[in-house]
Amino acid sequence: MPRTVVPFGPQHPVLPEPIHLTLHCEDEIIKEAVPAIGYVHRGLEKLAEIRDHNQMVQVVERVCGICSMIHAAAYCAAVEQILGIKPPPRAEYLRVVWSELHRMHSHLLWLGLYADAFGFESLFMHFWRIRERIMDVMEATAGNRVIISVNVVGGVRRDLTPEQQKWVLSEVDWVEKEVARLKDVMMNDYTVKKRTVGVGILSKEQALELGAAGPMLRGSGVAQDMRMTGYHAYGELGFEPVVETDGDSYARSNVRFREVLAAVDLVRQAMAKLPDSELATAYKGRPKGEAVMRVEQPRGELLYYVKSSGGKYLDRVRIRTPTFANIPPLCAVLPGLELADIPVVVLSMDPCISCTER
Amino acid sequence: MIDHIEDITAETLIGKVEALKKEGYRLVTMTATDLDAETVDLLYSFDKDLALMHLRLSAKKNAPAKSISGVYFAAFLVENEIREQFGLTFEGLVLDFGGALLLEDSVRPTPLCRYTVVEAKPEAPVAGA
Repeated sequence: MPRTVVPFGPQHPVLPEPIHLTLHCEDEIIKEAVPAIGYVHRGLEKLAEIRDHNQMVQVVERVCGICSMIHAAAYCAAVEQILGIKPPPRAEYLRVVWSELHRMHSHLLWLGLYADAFGFESLFMHFWRIRERIMDVMEATAGNRVIISVNVVGGVRRDLTPEQQKWVLSEVDWVEKEVARLKDVMMNDYTVKKRTVGVGILSKEQALELGAAGPMLRGSGVAQDMRMTGYHAYGELGFEPVVETDGDSYARSNVRFREVLAAVDLVRQAMAKLPDSELATAYKGRPKGEAVMRVEQPRGELLYYVKSSGGKYLDRVRIRTPTFANIPPLCAVLPGLELADIPVVVLSMDPCISCTER
Repeated sequence: MIDHIEDITAETLIGKVEALKKEGYRLVTMTATDLDAETVDLLYSFDKDLALMHLRLSAKKNAPAKSISGVYFAAFLVENEIREQFGLTFEGLVLDFGGALLLEDSVRPTPLCRYTVVEAKPEAPVAGA
């Protein structure tokens, strides 16, 4: 049968950001998918040549608008490794609190977009309504909704007062209650399940072989989450990765849905144990050496490699984002699917092109 | 500063990567760093049960490096990226974008090379010009 080539993206209703897939189809069935990126590449890694290691904190925050805080925390932790310093305990706990708030708002954003992708606009609006409360928390505690800029090399620059802590806890209680109300419609609705169950299956073996990350990996039954390594203060908190085994679009959405509730729990735990200490460790000199730091951002494993020879500028900052890692697995799950399923399956990866095109 | 790092050569690369795959390692990424006018440092990062291990290879810019995409298919993306950012070509790349993954023709070739700039190929003559 002759093949038809269908271009998917870079502009498409389900894509908030541009990525292109060349879909080779026989009739309505995908036979091959070839990705293309580069539409909005910014070359932020190159800025390390003209920004010092402190200024680079502001640069890496701008890699992604949805998980900016986690990028900055990962970068700072890598530089701290090179400097041989450890942030004060309170700073480590506060990094957990803001990281989990970011995870909540990122997953809620995605859940809304996902609902919109399969045509459930009221569900989309409910998730985004809940997300707004997290954005308010971010603004009240850090002065900004998205790029909250709380990290510095050595710790954090902002604290939470006892009143703020109490208020944040009441807000996440509300988020938990509201998200739980949507569970039935997101996870048990007949139409939602028809669009997602058994669609876009990535097996456990494929996920490992193709280097999948985050909910793509855990949705395929691999219990791997960088928070298990105990970075920041995660090692002192009770944490279990959220894992589903079916490997389909439904499993990936279920992982993210449950991770919102897990993030609420982590915020509570971190607040309950928030130690008293300084907010940042002072240090002298410039970093000299190299380090690799991995953290779990909402889309999965984020890796920073930082190298410095002690000069004014760093020699190299390399950022491997989870969406970049999830492109090969995505291309592997598309063959065999119907063309009409492609938007939902592509979105089930949670493609963050801002991260990919760093 | 980085634990579990092993220096390898171009000759031992593929054998070592195949062995890691057999042991159940997942490819995390590859990182290129421009060392001098002739050499690029390639750091291959692998994960098994949340533990990282790295292979380090000094690759010569004037000769193609061996692609590991035949062993780990996922490497094709990062190898194409390194090719465009550092001008290093890979032999045996399973999906080769030919330098068009990220960069437009108008962009300076190999933008992350600090020490040398690999010259762009001359533009094809325009028909009728």
